[in-house]
Amino acid sequence: MIAFTVKRLGLAVLVAVAVSALAFLLLRASGDVAIALAGEGARAEDIENIRRIYGLDRPLLVQYLEWLLKMLQGDFGQSLYFKTDVLDLVLAKLPTTALLAVFALMFALAISLPLGILAAVYPNSWIDRLCLSLAVVGQAMPNFFFALILIMVLSISFRVLPVSGSESWSHFVMPTVALGYYVAPAFMRLVRAGMIEVLASDYVRTARAKGLSGASIILKHALRNALVPVVALAAVQLGFLLGGSVVIETIFALDGVGFLAYQSITHKDLPVTQAIVALLSFIYVGLTLAADLTNAWLDPRIRIG
Amino acid sequence: MVARHTCAFALTTALALAGSAFAGERDNTVRFAYDQVPENVDPYMNNVRVGVIIGQQVWDTLIYRDPKTNDYKGQLATAWKWVDDTTLELELRKGVKFHNGEEFDADDVVHTLNFVSKPESKVVSSQNVSWIARAEKLDKYKVRIITRSPFPAAIEYLAGPVVIHPNEYYEKVGPKGMNEKPVGSGPYRVAEHAVGKFIRLERNGDYFKDSPKPMPKIEKIEIRFIPDRQTQVAEMLSGGLDLIMHVALDQANQLKNVPHLKVVSGETMRIVFLNYNTTENTPASPLKDIRVRQAIAHAIDRESMIKQIVGEGARVLHTQCFPSQFGCTDEGATRFNYDPAKAKQLLKEAGYPDGFDIDFYAYRERNQTEAMIGYLRAVGIRANLRFMQYAAMRDQVRAGKAPLIHQTWGSFSVNDVSASIPVYFKFLPDDITRDAEVRDLLERGDSSVDPNVRKEAYKKALALITERAYGLSLYSLPVFYVAAKNLNFVAYPDEMPRFWEMTWK
Repeated sequence: MIAFTVKRLGLAVLVAVAVSALAFLLLRASGDVAIALAGEGARAEDIENIRRIYGLDRPLLVQYLEWLLKMLQGDFGQSLYFKTDVLDLVLAKLPTTALLAVFALMFALAISLPLGILAAVYPNSWIDRLCLSLAVVGQAMPNFFFALILIMVLSISFRVLPVSGSESWSHFVMPTVALGYYVAPAFMRLVRAGMIEVLASDYVRTARAKGLSGASIILKHALRNALVPVVALAAVQLGFLLGGSVVIETIFALDGVGFLAYQSITHKDLPVTQAIVALLSFIYVGLTLAADLTNAWLDPRIRIG
Repeated sequence: MVARHTCAFALTTALALAGSAFAGERDNTVRFAYDQVPENVDPYMNNVRVGVIIGQQVWDTLIYRDPKTNDYKGQLATAWKWVDDTTLELELRKGVKFHNGEEFDADDVVHTLNFVSKPESKVVSSQNVSWIARAEKLDKYKVRIITRSPFPAAIEYLAGPVVIHPNEYYEKVGPKGMNEKPVGSGPYRVAEHAVGKFIRLERNGDYFKDSPKPMPKIEKIEIRFIPDRQTQVAEMLSGGLDLIMHVALDQANQLKNVPHLKVVSGETMRIVFLNYNTTENTPASPLKDIRVRQAIAHAIDRESMIKQIVGEGARVLHTQCFPSQFGCTDEGATRFNYDPAKAKQLLKEAGYPDGFDIDFYAYRERNQTEAMIGYLRAVGIRANLRFMQYAAMRDQVRAGKAPLIHQTWGSFSVNDVSASIPVYFKFLPDDITRDAEVRDLLERGDSSVDPNVRKEAYKKALALITERAYGLSLYSLPVFYVAAKNLNFVAYPDEMPRFWEMTWK
């Protein structure tokens, strides 16, 4: 287990570094940063000033290494656009995004578990087909489209929920549903597959023979085992939700990290974009690592491969 | 694209079930949304439109330009005169207080202007203050502003972006503190600023009576930052907002039918035009021939474009400036009518009977660029669209790689021709024509203090530009506002909603 962990950790670190370097390079590929910073109407001297002040005239490798070194010490620099400490800025917006991601994950599990169980208990029946269809719709529909439909129905036609903002819990309902619905199908299929396999196993047959009720078998005995891969997937999906909420945050005007990433890109706020890519990739790599380790711990066969 | 249109249509039809939305009137609050977040609401530290809007509600300027008559009135200053070509002397108003109780006097003017004119202060829109050399206090209510060189447009800038900060507070907290807890002297004070989310304004009960801005009738303003246009429209439909701006033409047309909303279209000072690179090393050598440039001018049907895709409120422009700007005129300018046959003829004469290929650069209003590509292709000019972000396009233009550009310019709402035409014709980095005669005329216009000399110089320069067909002026851009029907709201060309004069019907 230790050897496996060390190998996986090493891989994780390499991935994180590679992603940060890629982000660093790509950000500088489209246009002169100094001009973007100076804005429309700036004169040549202003642009040269900016180039000097922000050290944009030094070699790329130097700029990257300096950023990497500082980052490892926890200094992500100053936001070029907001003129505040980058880490403070990101940490201020992280709670909104984290809350949204967690709620979305909970919502996804809340709809995928019952659907998956139902589909597994009545495999290949019309119930199964219905559950699968519901899942497919979730995956096929672009989440911004779904978000707008939700707004139309729940805010405009029936004034049940507020359209945008993040002041109260009711502001989080539609974003959660829109985001969560998108990741639910993967869970549903996993639960269904896991349950079908477990329900066909020997010990479940034994439980049935012993006379235990259907509900007790499904929920107490079968589900616990079927959930093992789901937990691992949840860790990875959480990472995806943290990074993939830009569209939802923009539509519902939730001031989170996703929206901050979008703003920093359009304003060529390099320090912030780099920091967000680095932080999110570290979180994602960390969660994937956790998922891998959990799986390996639960199922020893994985450690050898 | 289809999804968006379907959504917009569906949104509009959905409101058959939506009731009236006069919540704003009930609590005397106007809720306004904007899509960009100012990085700092200190007017000197951002260059987004909503920053300018907040700036005018919360702060005052020395001079005030009446938006209806374009006359200059005193606001924080009561009188002013040019002592010499580079010195402006102002008398200041007594009895004005900032929102934190600080009294307004010469120290505030001197401190603010000296701070923002220093390059180390890193003012974002530096061209608004770079003309200031320094400010000097003569006594408690008298100051002098010295300009770096003769700058007749100084009055216009002092009536626009140059607001006055309270010196004791600003010295203590700086721009960062000003962003967290803004303090000005304007008709609205900041009640709460949640950075990135919203800013809440409250009527300033102690606002000085002699200000040209009247005491507001609307008690509270809530400005929310909502990045998605569709969401803004949804909020309007559900009654969450009372006013939004920059709505797309097709959506505005649909929203006209909503019972509790109204669409107001206003012309803006943003002008749209084509730039050609006519220098020796231009990537498109056909542009060096005046007949080719004239052909392009005759190939584009500006009137149709306005009717079909630009929208109500726009007008065809014959010179590259906005008509209300001092010095802007189209008198004596060569006019080009829509005549594709003539265009083809001119191209043939110039030696391009089968047309030619050219790269066409643009960064916004892509549908307008595409329409123009259609017109050019009809006369044989095969334009290849290169659509990109503004920053990237500027690189290409300044490197001399862009032959034909679809450009726009808002002049930062400064009502003086010195804020528009020189950018493109005075041998500055964006000048890809480099005509010395035009430059000299513009020099004369920019640096004389005598208004008649200025007008004459600008008139000659503008006419010369059209005579030599350097580029093509297209039209002004309208902006569409959607407002609650019971809100009395006037749209001005400087894109400044003046909350202090709004009322409920």
